[in-house]
Amino acid sequence: MNPLALGKRGGKVLGRYRWLAGFAANPLAMAGAIVVGGLCLVALLAPWLAPYDPQAIDTWHILEAPSSAHLLGTDSLGRDCLSRLIYGSRISLLVGVVSVGIATSIGTVLGALAGFYGRWVDTLIMRLVDIMLCFPTIFLIMAVIAFLQPSIWNIMAVIGLTGWMGVARLVRAEFLSLRQRDFVLAARISGASSLRIAFHHILPNAIAPILVAATLGVGGAILTESALSFLGIGVQPPTPSWGNMLTEGKDNLEIAWWLSVFPGLAILITVLGYNLLGEGLRDALDPRSRQG
Amino acid sequence: MALLLYLIKRFAVLIPTFLGITLISFFVMHLAPGEPMSLQADFNPKMTPEMRQRLRAQYGLDKPLYVQYARWLKGLLVLDLGRSFAPDRRPVWQKIKERLPVTLLINGLSLILIIVIAIPLGVKAAVEQNSLFDQATTVLVFLGYAAPAFWIALLLMLFFGIYLGWLPISGLHSLMGYGQMAWWQKTLDWSKHLLLPVLVSSIGGLAGLSRYTRSSMLEVLRQDYITTARAKGLPERVVVYRHALRNALLPLITILGLSIPGLIGGSVIFESIFAIPGVGQLMWSSVMARDYPVLMGNLVIVSILTLLGNLLADIGYALADPRIRTGIQSGD
Repeated sequence: MNPLALGKRGGKVLGRYRWLAGFAANPLAMAGAIVVGGLCLVALLAPWLAPYDPQAIDTWHILEAPSSAHLLGTDSLGRDCLSRLIYGSRISLLVGVVSVGIATSIGTVLGALAGFYGRWVDTLIMRLVDIMLCFPTIFLIMAVIAFLQPSIWNIMAVIGLTGWMGVARLVRAEFLSLRQRDFVLAARISGASSLRIAFHHILPNAIAPILVAATLGVGGAILTESALSFLGIGVQPPTPSWGNMLTEGKDNLEIAWWLSVFPGLAILITVLGYNLLGEGLRDALDPRSRQG
Repeated sequence: MALLLYLIKRFAVLIPTFLGITLISFFVMHLAPGEPMSLQADFNPKMTPEMRQRLRAQYGLDKPLYVQYARWLKGLLVLDLGRSFAPDRRPVWQKIKERLPVTLLINGLSLILIIVIAIPLGVKAAVEQNSLFDQATTVLVFLGYAAPAFWIALLLMLFFGIYLGWLPISGLHSLMGYGQMAWWQKTLDWSKHLLLPVLVSSIGGLAGLSRYTRSSMLEVLRQDYITTARAKGLPERVVVYRHALRNALLPLITILGLSIPGLIGGSVIFESIFAIPGVGQLMWSSVMARDYPVLMGNLVIVSILTLLGNLLADIGYALADPRIRTGIQSGD
C-alpha cells in the first residue's frame, strides 16, 4: 500500500462523521428527516394521538364534512378519518421498511455474488435482473397476490421479492470496481477467506450507496402498497391503510371530497419525506453527485 | 452492416430473456399453493375424486411440470394461451386482443406527451441552471415522484369532472347519443374521455424524463466541445439545440425504453379508476376472479410488449449514435 493511500485513509477516519455536518446544513435533507422522524412518532404514539377508535362505527355521523368534532370528517360508516389516517401511518411505515429490508438483503447478496465471482455467476444473476426488469412489476405482484391471500405480510414479501434489482446492480458495480484494489489483495495475501473478503472488506465500502438506495426505495414501496390497497388487493379493510381509505374516497367522490384528499396528501408527504432524506444522504455521503 | 450486426446481437439477447419471462410466469402459476383448476372444482358440489382426476388429465395437469411447460410454450408460439376459466370459456388471446388497442393507444399518447413536454422542460432547466424556472421544475418533479398517480387521478376527477363539470370521469365514450354522433363529434367525445387518463398516466414519466434530460444536458454542457462551439461565436440556440441536445438525447433513449414497464404497469390503476376496458382492467378482474389462464396470458403479453419497447429503444439508439451505426468504437 502506498503512503498516499494511507494518508487518505487517515483523513477518512478523522472525517468519519463529517458528512453529518454536511447533512445538517442541507435544509431539504433536514426537512425529509423531520418528516420521517415525525411519522415514526405518529405511528408509535397512534393510540394516544388518535381522537377516536379508528374502527368505531357511528351510524349517526356518516359522511360528515370536516368539523371541530371530526377534524378530517367521517367516512361512509361514520368512522373518524383523522384517527384512521393516524393508524394508517403504521401500515405504510411497516410495509415500506420491511419490504425494502427484504429487497435490500436479496439485492446485496446477489449483487455481491455477481460482482465477486464474475463469469457465469455474474451472467446468470444479471440475466435474472434483466428478466425481472422486463415485467411491469405491478402485473407480477398482482399475479402472485392472486394465488396468496391479500394480507399485509404477503404484500411486504411480494414487494420485497420484486424490488431487489436496483440494489443488486449497485452492489455488483461497487464490487467490480473494488475487487482489484490493493486492500483486497492485501486481505487475500494475509489469508482471508473469500467470504470474509466479500462481506468484511468489500461490502462495508458499499454501505453508503446501499443506504441511499434503500431510503429512496421506502418511498417507492409505500406507493406500491397504497396502489395495491387502493385496488382492493393489498391491506384489507377494516384495517385502515392510506390506500384503502382512498378506495372509500373514490366510491364517494361526488359527495365527500375529504375522503379523497387527505389520505393522498399523507402519502405524498411521507414519500416526499423519504425521497428528500434519501437525496440528502446521497449528497452528504457522495459529494460527486452534488453537481448533477 | 455494423448496424445490422448490432441489432442481431440485441435480438439474440432478447431470446433468453423472453424464455426466462415465460419460465418465471409459468412457475409462479404452477408452484403456488392450490392448483389452477381447484377453484373450478371447489365450486362444483358434485365433483368426485374421479371427475377431478379426469379434469386434471384433460388440462394436462397430471403430466410432469417440464412437459406442461413445453406444451404451454408450444401454444404460445401460435398465440394459443388456453381458455379463460370465466363462464364464457373464451380463448385468452381473444380476450386480450380486443382490449390491447385501447391500452396501447393511451400508453402511446402518454409517451408522446411525455417526450414533447419533458425534454424541452429539462433542456430549459439545464440551460438556466439554478434559475427560478429550474427550481420550480425541480419542485414539480419531486412532487410528481412522490404523489400516487391514482390520487392525482381522483383530484383531477374531483376538480374537472365534478367541481367544474367539464370532463367526463369514466368510460371511453358517452353512453347516451353516441350512436347518432357525426365522426368529428365522436372524435371530440373520445378525446374528452381520454384527456384525464392520458394526463394521469404520463405524470410519472414526465417527472422522470425531465429530470434525466436536465442532468444529461448539464453533463453535456460541461464538455469541451460546447466551449469550443461557443468560442467559435455560434449563437446560443445552435449550441444548445444542435450541439448539446443531440448528444444529451442518447442516454434518454435508453431511459425511455426502461420506463415502458412502469408506463404499462400504470394501466392497471388508471384503467380501473376511469373504467376503461383495457388490458389493465382485464388483469385486475382476472386477479379478482382468480382466472389463471388470463392472468398468465396477460403477464406474458405485457412482458413481450416491454421487450419490444426495449428493442425499439435499442434501434433508436443505434440510429442516433454514429459510433454504433458505423461500427467505429471511440476511445472511451
